[in-house]
Amino acid sequence: MATAREVKLRIRSVKNIAQITRALQAVSASKVQRAIATVEATRPYATKAWEVLTHVAMQPGREHMHPLMTRRDKVENVLVVLITSDRGLAGPYNTNVLRYTFRHFDDYPVPVHYVTVGRKGREILHRRGKHIVADFSGIPDRPKFADVSQIGHLLVEEFLNGKADQVFLVYTDFINMLRQNPTRKKLLPLEVDGGERVQEFAPTAGHKVVASYIYEPDETEILDEIVPRFTQLQVFHAILESQASEHAARMVAMKNATDNASELADALQLEYNKARQQSITSEMLDIAGGAEALAQAMAAEARKAAA
Amino acid sequence: MPIRCEIVSQDRMVWAGEADMVVVPGASGEMGILPDHAPLLSTLKPGFIKVAHDGEEEVFTVTGGVVEVRPDKVTILANASEHVTEIDIQRAEEARKRAEELLKTTPPTAAEHLKAQAALQRARIRLEAARRFRPKQGPQIQSGPAEDED
Repeated sequence: MATAREVKLRIRSVKNIAQITRALQAVSASKVQRAIATVEATRPYATKAWEVLTHVAMQPGREHMHPLMTRRDKVENVLVVLITSDRGLAGPYNTNVLRYTFRHFDDYPVPVHYVTVGRKGREILHRRGKHIVADFSGIPDRPKFADVSQIGHLLVEEFLNGKADQVFLVYTDFINMLRQNPTRKKLLPLEVDGGERVQEFAPTAGHKVVASYIYEPDETEILDEIVPRFTQLQVFHAILESQASEHAARMVAMKNATDNASELADALQLEYNKARQQSITSEMLDIAGGAEALAQAMAAEARKAAA
Repeated sequence: MPIRCEIVSQDRMVWAGEADMVVVPGASGEMGILPDHAPLLSTLKPGFIKVAHDGEEEVFTVTGGVVEVRPDKVTILANASEHVTEIDIQRAEEARKRAEELLKTTPPTAAEHLKAQAALQRARIRLEAARRFRPKQGPQIQSGPAEDED
């Protein structure tokens, strides 16, 4: 059994750990709220842009689609944007999204290239020998639109110059504090009649398509303006969702760590008490034994003197 | 009958309300939009948006975007937009100097050159808006700082 002093040291260090994890838990909780609020703030633009996109694309008599909205007959290269976190200690957050990615893209029929957002994802992909086109790690904790717009910019460029025929986003969808699901979304070509996106970005499904619009200067220029920005916005949205998920996962992980630490501290306290009691008992025995020996020795001395 | 006006940028709702007239810097020149305007979609040039309502005028800067007009509603999808009282003059001034410096000194690549020019234009619009339309004294509208795109 460990000595009382050793146990006492361990108790102190466990309590210190608990203090740190508790602080991290509180920090993460507030960051989740902030990330969600930012997601909400992007909704008006996303909804509006989507409305405009749909009805421009749905206009009768449009001869050719915008290049960013044209599906290619032959898909030869696929680009995947993988969003993970820069830091660990986030429970199963990074593992889940990475496992999801490998499940979907490891046996893909055409070459898959990656753009990574987040250090954790980059490291794992690198170790696995995947082809990484670009890396955008080190996105700040409260990203502004300007911090991430270059990612969308790059994706549009890669798509337009033919290096990628499809672009996917893989990120973690924030459902609630306890549930975050890895998910993927096709980013380019932008498909206006796709079901998933409509649900997400256009709650006002009853938007009437007004028949004849005046276009200035023309439809293509308008789409030129909106489609790349909409793409950037989707990336922004995915990053915010992922950050909310990361913080939620970290919060839960830290809560568990705090609970475990307090449990451990309690168990150690018990052990400490036992050890302390035992040492007192043995000290008492020592003293009593010593006194007894002394008494016997003195008695023997007295008998000798009497004799 | 007023017309509903909404100005949204990618990261927030900049302004929403009822307006008597909205003036925007359209692709083919400044346009004033009154209620019951014909349906229209237009790109925007960098410039000012003016919203007249209840005898007052709100001025916003805009760096580009798209406007959608329907008879009862004007929606402006702005790349970046801010109310004239939100403009950070000092920051705009610094941005202007930086861009001018960049254009003067280095012979940059075409893309960088365009970028610096765009930044310069944004800064100039902000400064001009602040000079021309800012009330000398008045309540400041507090909201998030506006961000440049790219």
